[in-house]
Amino acid sequence: MSNHKIPSSIAQTFTITKFELLNYFRSRRFIIMLGIGVIIGALLTLLVGHYRPSGFLTSSIDFYSSWWGTSATYIVILSGIFFGGDAISGEFQNKTGYFTVGNPIRRSSIYAGKWFAAFIASFMIIVAFLAITVLNNFYYFGFNMPYQFLESFLFTVLYLISVLGLTFFFSSLFKSSSIAILTTVVLMLFAFSLIQNLIDAFVHIEPWFLITYGAGIIGNILTVPYPLHTSTVHFGHVAITSYAVTVPEGIAILAAYFIVTAILGLVLFERKEFN
Amino acid sequence: MQQSIEAVKLTKKYGSFTALSDLNLKLEGAKCIGFLGPNGAGKTTTLKLFTDMIRPSEGHAMINGIDVHSNKRSALSSCAALIETPEIYPSLTPMEALSMIAEIRGVPSEEQGKRIEESLSEVKMLEWKDKKVGKFSKGMKQRVNIASVLISDPDIIMLDEPTTGLDPRGMSEVREIVKSLKRKNRLIFMSSHLLNEVTDVCDEVAMIDHGKLLAYDTISNVILKFSENGSNVIEIGFSRIIDDSIMAEIGKLSNVKRASKIDETNIRIEISGDIKVQEELLYELARMKIGMISFKPSASALENTYLNMIKEAL
Ligand SMILES: Nc1ncnc2c1ncn2[C@@H]1O[C@H](COP(=O)(O)OP(=O)(O)OP(=O)(O)O)[C@@H](O)[C@H]1O
Ligand SMILES: [Mg+2]
Repeated sequence: MSNHKIPSSIAQTFTITKFELLNYFRSRRFIIMLGIGVIIGALLTLLVGHYRPSGFLTSSIDFYSSWWGTSATYIVILSGIFFGGDAISGEFQNKTGYFTVGNPIRRSSIYAGKWFAAFIASFMIIVAFLAITVLNNFYYFGFNMPYQFLESFLFTVLYLISVLGLTFFFSSLFKSSSIAILTTVVLMLFAFSLIQNLIDAFVHIEPWFLITYGAGIIGNILTVPYPLHTSTVHFGHVAITSYAVTVPEGIAILAAYFIVTAILGLVLFERKEFN
Repeated sequence: MQQSIEAVKLTKKYGSFTALSDLNLKLEGAKCIGFLGPNGAGKTTTLKLFTDMIRPSEGHAMINGIDVHSNKRSALSSCAALIETPEIYPSLTPMEALSMIAEIRGVPSEEQGKRIEESLSEVKMLEWKDKKVGKFSKGMKQRVNIASVLISDPDIIMLDEPTTGLDPRGMSEVREIVKSLKRKNRLIFMSSHLLNEVTDVCDEVAMIDHGKLLAYDTISNVILKFSENGSNVIEIGFSRIIDDSIMAEIGKLSNVKRASKIDETNIRIEISGDIKVQEELLYELARMKIGMISFKPSASALENTYLNMIKEAL
């Protein structure tokens, strides 16, 4: 009998990651997302170069704040959708899961392996965008790397982890890829910010339950001094309080989103039947 | 230890609908078992339970005595399955897709290349090894799927209608592969709608309908037990033309109820009796030295039995 010793679950997880990445690179998915990142970077480069807006060009940190602070979250969300949106649902819908799941491998290894691949691919996109950002900054301010920008970059990576947790959860919740992707797009690009605006305008509570609120640390850390946690504006007798997320809060929100969605997504995938 | 597949009170319900009902079945040793039943009988459901693609509502699916659901990695370590028609990432090549399976299954890296090439050449896909799967026809994809089952050379193989989508040559190639696996002492459990396929490659059959097991036995015993008049039909092939005098002699052998010609070199005989009788008959025929080259239960007899059985179950 020539049966082989099954590799450890960790080794199997990385096998999945490896071939998932290969699939991203082979199919046009990675190159399209990279293209989107580069186009956004190029557009910003042209706009700033041509119009020289003062918000960008007063200091190096203002530059990062206006550039990275406003666009990095979109790059994260788009990558999350591109690489995570149908990661699990596609295995059911396209029947690609039938090829792997009947083997001696835990489903959690498949889930985690695909998650790491999506993370690595998205991270590469973010690094490409980072390179464009840093090169522009270098052009205007010479070599200059405020430590706040390093922090902001780390928060961006944390946000990416969190967003991928969420997109994987939705892709695990729905068997249809289009529904999974649509849900993520609507939530991440519209619903969360809409809710946040409504809360700001009418309810005046701190929206600590929103992942997008947590992501506020990416931009806030680039604002010097750090924005006040609460600020109240008076309109006649009406006082409007708005909130800026603090760093510990933001980290906690993003981490909580990741932990909760990763656990739920894994449990759903473990229980889901291939039929 | 002999390899085994065992269903213990295995039941699968979808809401109030029972797709598989209290299946108790133990398959053991080195042989091929055909899994027969009409559409919707519960064949795929059974095989999915054995690969943990779905969970049992009750009971256990065991491979080599290990519960598949609670201990999937060890249960499936020496078992490979092809369920329905899986899709491979379209942008990968057969070489890459099969390396993934080989890595997951722990084929040592120095053997991987060789194993993959061997498996691909068994399914006649070697020349396509570096082309993207996305461009392949249905039958070509299914060939790669079959290769993926062979890659780790497992003791136990489960196949769900493996020849679907294949051309006649592909079908016969797959049958040859299954036969060669049998020679390598593998246990094969294979669902099929093609009765000639089952009589050709399988030693035993399990018949199922409406989620219930109707029979599990050797092909000739099943035919004997369930045929209308308690007789068994055997088809015999010869290397030379059979003339009337030889036919008459065959007709006189004990337990032969009737002998008729199918064509110049093939005859069909109806016998009364079980496997023992068949064994004696085979011996007698061989002793006659009349150029016998094949001796097997008739596919049409199995078909009749099968149809009878399904009718009864309705
Ligand atoms: N997810 C599901 N929900 C409800 N019923 C299901 C589900 N999956 C399968 N069934 C039912 O279970 C029964 C058995 O299906 P199964 O696929 O096992 O049949 P089969 O013997 O493989 O048939 P075929 O020869 O057509 O492949 C069918 O009646 C089918 O409708
Ligand atoms: Mg089926």
